[in-house]
Amino acid sequence: MLELLQNPWPWYVAGPLIGLTVPALLLVGNKALGISSSLRHVCAACVPAGIPFLTYNWRAEMWNLVFVLGIALGGFLGYQVMGHPEVVGISPETVHDLKTQLHLTDFTGLLPRELFALDNLANWKGWVFMVLGGFLVGFGTRYAGGCTSGHAISGLSNLQWVSLVAVIGFFAGGLVMTWVVYPLLF
Amino acid sequence: MKYLKYLVLGTLFGIILTKSEVISWFRIQEMFRFQAFHMYGVIGSAIVVGMISIQLIKRNHLKTMSGEPIVIADKKFNHGIWIGGFIFGLGWAITGACPGPLFAQLGSGVGGAAVMILAALAGTWTYSALREKLPY
Repeated sequence: MLELLQNPWPWYVAGPLIGLTVPALLLVGNKALGISSSLRHVCAACVPAGIPFLTYNWRAEMWNLVFVLGIALGGFLGYQVMGHPEVVGISPETVHDLKTQLHLTDFTGLLPRELFALDNLANWKGWVFMVLGGFLVGFGTRYAGGCTSGHAISGLSNLQWVSLVAVIGFFAGGLVMTWVVYPLLF
Repeated sequence: MKYLKYLVLGTLFGIILTKSEVISWFRIQEMFRFQAFHMYGVIGSAIVVGMISIQLIKRNHLKTMSGEPIVIADKKFNHGIWIGGFIFGLGWAITGACPGPLFAQLGSGVGGAAVMILAALAGTWTYSALREKLPY
């Protein structure tokens, strides 16, 4: 049992548990699962700057910020306390592609240090991968009105065709970046 | 105290995201390169379970713990859905993380996640400021 908790969880365990978060939030407080909204609430709380979209009672959405705080706590417990393998067990094909196309050599950790270590902010890689990437995530999710949790999981679970459009957009963007932009960058 | 339940659910959610490695950049690359079923299995089975749960809630007219009827707002279409979706997709393949995983990464001890979250806040703020000028 302990070993089961320590090892990475297979999709058929994790996926259904993620799915159950949708009814859990509804039953507990009539809340729709959605995480990117928390970014808006933080902006509204810290730097509203008179912008109409950031001028609302963000305190009424406090549950969302607490949920996100929980996610960070869960990240700590799930990784540091429950343990983790040195290397994420991705497919050999992916390792091969990342070695040959992106020239990565270090596959330890959750993200490649060669791109995401803080000292990369001294060169273009850090600015593209952390700053530009994060910016696009924050800009795009709000423009689309949701992210993977709000559209893909919550929205599709509730049979919202609008969310299907959003998810197709997510994938189109991801495929263009991976297959078209990455080869140009490296 | 009224927020404790959300802290507990958020923590469980964060543990699941972390233990299933969906917060890993490597897993997202593997997904966009169609080289493993893992991510598709996680997202797909989450949707199936969510869908069945919502149907059960609707058909049985279940109420919340405090007795309110459960209401889920419909999502409305505008062109931001696919334009913004595409922009997020570009960012998702760069950072290898959507917003939930960014917070889980931060908790797991990835320093770069703090930079990405700050950048995501800047992106959300910029969108908010430009909102009226963007196509919908």
